[in-house]
Amino acid sequence: MTPAAAALGKDLLGLENLTREQIQLILGTAERFKEVSERPIKKVPALRGKTIVNLFFEASTRTRISFEFAEKRLSADTVNVGSSGSSVAKGETLVDTARNLEAMRIDMVVIRHGASGSAEFLSRRIRSNVVNAGDGKHEHPTQGLLDLLTLKDRFGKVEGLKVAICGDVLHSRVARSNIWGLKKLGAEVAVCGPASLLPSGIAALGVEVIPRIDDAIAWADALNVLRLQLERMTGGFIPSLREYNRVFGVTRERLERAGKDLVIMHPGPMNRGVEIDSDVADGPHSVILPQVTNGVAVRMAVLYLLAGGSPDWQQGGGE
Amino acid sequence: MSQPILIRGGRVIDPSRRADDVADVYLAEGKVASVGRNITGEDGCRVIEARGRVVTPGLIDLHVHLREPGFEDLETIATGAMAAAAGGFTAVCAMPNTDPPLDNQGAVGFVISQAQKAQKARVYPIGTISVGQKGESLSEFGELVGAGAVAVSDDGKPVMSSHLMRTALEYARTFGIPVADHCEEITLAAGGAMHEGLVSTRLGLKGIPAAAEEIHVARDIILSGLTGGHIHLCHMSTRGSAEMIRRAKHEGLRVTAEVTPHHFTLTHEACEGYNTNAKMNPPLREPEDVEALRMALKDGTVDVIATDHAPHHYDAKEREFDDAPNGILGLETAFALAVTELVRPGIITLPDLLYRMSTRPAQLFALPGGTLAVGAPADVTILDPDAEWTVDPTRFFSKSRNTPFAGRKLHGRADLTIVRGRVVFERGNR
Repeated sequence: MTPAAAALGKDLLGLENLTREQIQLILGTAERFKEVSERPIKKVPALRGKTIVNLFFEASTRTRISFEFAEKRLSADTVNVGSSGSSVAKGETLVDTARNLEAMRIDMVVIRHGASGSAEFLSRRIRSNVVNAGDGKHEHPTQGLLDLLTLKDRFGKVEGLKVAICGDVLHSRVARSNIWGLKKLGAEVAVCGPASLLPSGIAALGVEVIPRIDDAIAWADALNVLRLQLERMTGGFIPSLREYNRVFGVTRERLERAGKDLVIMHPGPMNRGVEIDSDVADGPHSVILPQVTNGVAVRMAVLYLLAGGSPDWQQGGGE
Repeated sequence: MSQPILIRGGRVIDPSRRADDVADVYLAEGKVASVGRNITGEDGCRVIEARGRVVTPGLIDLHVHLREPGFEDLETIATGAMAAAAGGFTAVCAMPNTDPPLDNQGAVGFVISQAQKAQKARVYPIGTISVGQKGESLSEFGELVGAGAVAVSDDGKPVMSSHLMRTALEYARTFGIPVADHCEEITLAAGGAMHEGLVSTRLGLKGIPAAAEEIHVARDIILSGLTGGHIHLCHMSTRGSAEMIRRAKHEGLRVTAEVTPHHFTLTHEACEGYNTNAKMNPPLREPEDVEALRMALKDGTVDVIATDHAPHHYDAKEREFDDAPNGILGLETAFALAVTELVRPGIITLPDLLYRMSTRPAQLFALPGGTLAVGAPADVTILDPDAEWTVDPTRFFSKSRNTPFAGRKLHGRADLTIVRGRVVFERGNR
């Protein structure tokens, strides 16, 4: 195993268990991979001959396609498996699915799953590298990393930045990965949302809790506006979307009132007019599309490093 | 008639008579015949040397799941009763959440007949509070008791209707049986997979707040006050519950409570790494709760230790945390955990422990046993409280293997278990 693989370990399960140096290694590697996607021929041979399975048990556009592009631009062979149309629909357990895939001699599994801990569960039972593409309400590490890369692009560094994570923190894996990543790189982190959507004991993770969105806007250098997870809202955590937008929505009016430049991030998919207004999402301070662009580079870096690639990847270079 | 047994020279601890002395115990005709110095049994009796070991009334567990009828792939009454005997238990009370549930005299009678065939630890069925555990209408307590039920409980299905619980407490008085309740306000607990706290927040798992248990405990205590009925609170897990029970007892209410070995041993940290063997209901709580439960055992707020023995197939636990079933095995580790976690650190004495695992449970559910008084049933356990061993689930007598204690070094175990004057378990090469 090369030093880089050892530096990252076998799997990427979350940012909680990465060190500052490991995160910086990934971001630095991603920085170099950005350029590949700008070429007319978007392909390098870094993962030629590697087989990667994308196991997506939950709906996903951005993350699934971003991973797939990252894999293809690294020249890996990829297979996509979803829950419908696979044996999962016949009741096969996660571990059986994975073991069967592994029996076909694969190198990596990228997994998106609705249950927290599913990526870790899998990683302990198969030899292949496991990349967590979002597990329940636990972590979404590549999203956290691409958010860090986007902040770094905008501000030059993450250290010392004030980042407010707004909205449905309770159900958000993006929030958890962001909190760990930002803290490790020395940012100040706050969460803002209705108390019914903030998890118990969140302050113990070292974040400030700001109850009102106007105060969060006044405090922050950047807002990471979370998606209100309508599909998880059966518990009646808020009275209505209309009221949510009125009390917690990030609107142009609110931003203008604060009278300062604020970077606006959103992991997507957006509920326009609920947690974020269209003119903010499409406005001059939004980095929502650069986030998506960075997602490919970050995922290329993660896959490349886990496969044992050298951290000083050079243009056109392979292993 | 079984062969008489003379147990010689052991440290005889009989909490029912506050006795703790080196003595001989003579068992004949299925009863305790005499306890004293220099007993000579009749010719042909079996002599067991117990020097250096503890002789005690057999342990009694008020809360086990034996899975039969309905889930015989997990446990049967025979394997469960054998696991009980190996853990030093001479009697266990079987919860009614079987399939079909124990809500009628036929099902209760079936459990009793299976236990008689097994000839290991005694098994006392607990009937359901409501028909089909549905929480709607009362089961026929009279018929359940007539068939051999010793208590009623809807176990995993908390009785949400306060009216039904009130009626159950009142009606149970007729038969002198306790109503055992699993306390969980289900609208607060719904979908929860572990204790709500810092660990659940980090792991991204839905939490079950302590309040879910405590609201229900408060209600049950109030209803016990209203009706004068005996409420038995199952597997208490929070410091708030302990405090409310303490107050209720102080007021003289008929409230009794149990705690499991895992709740006085482990905290929610055990769920780290999504360890499904640490998934249970009520969930493992915080260090302050563990401490409060230990103190509640010490001062008698909690009456008994019960295991909530809950066998599950290994692959049922071999899955995503959210989807794994609740519960762990308890019978074969309970005594050792209690010795290791409570007696050796000096929280309670060994006689106190035996009171909470034998005499007191017998009193609560009015069961035979829990005493070595002359004429009492010859249900006796010989324990080695100092024996050191490592938990190895593959050696369990239970059909299942789900325990978070695998590999843990513990002190104390049962060497020999006697039920109705017959040796039902004897440890080889001790």
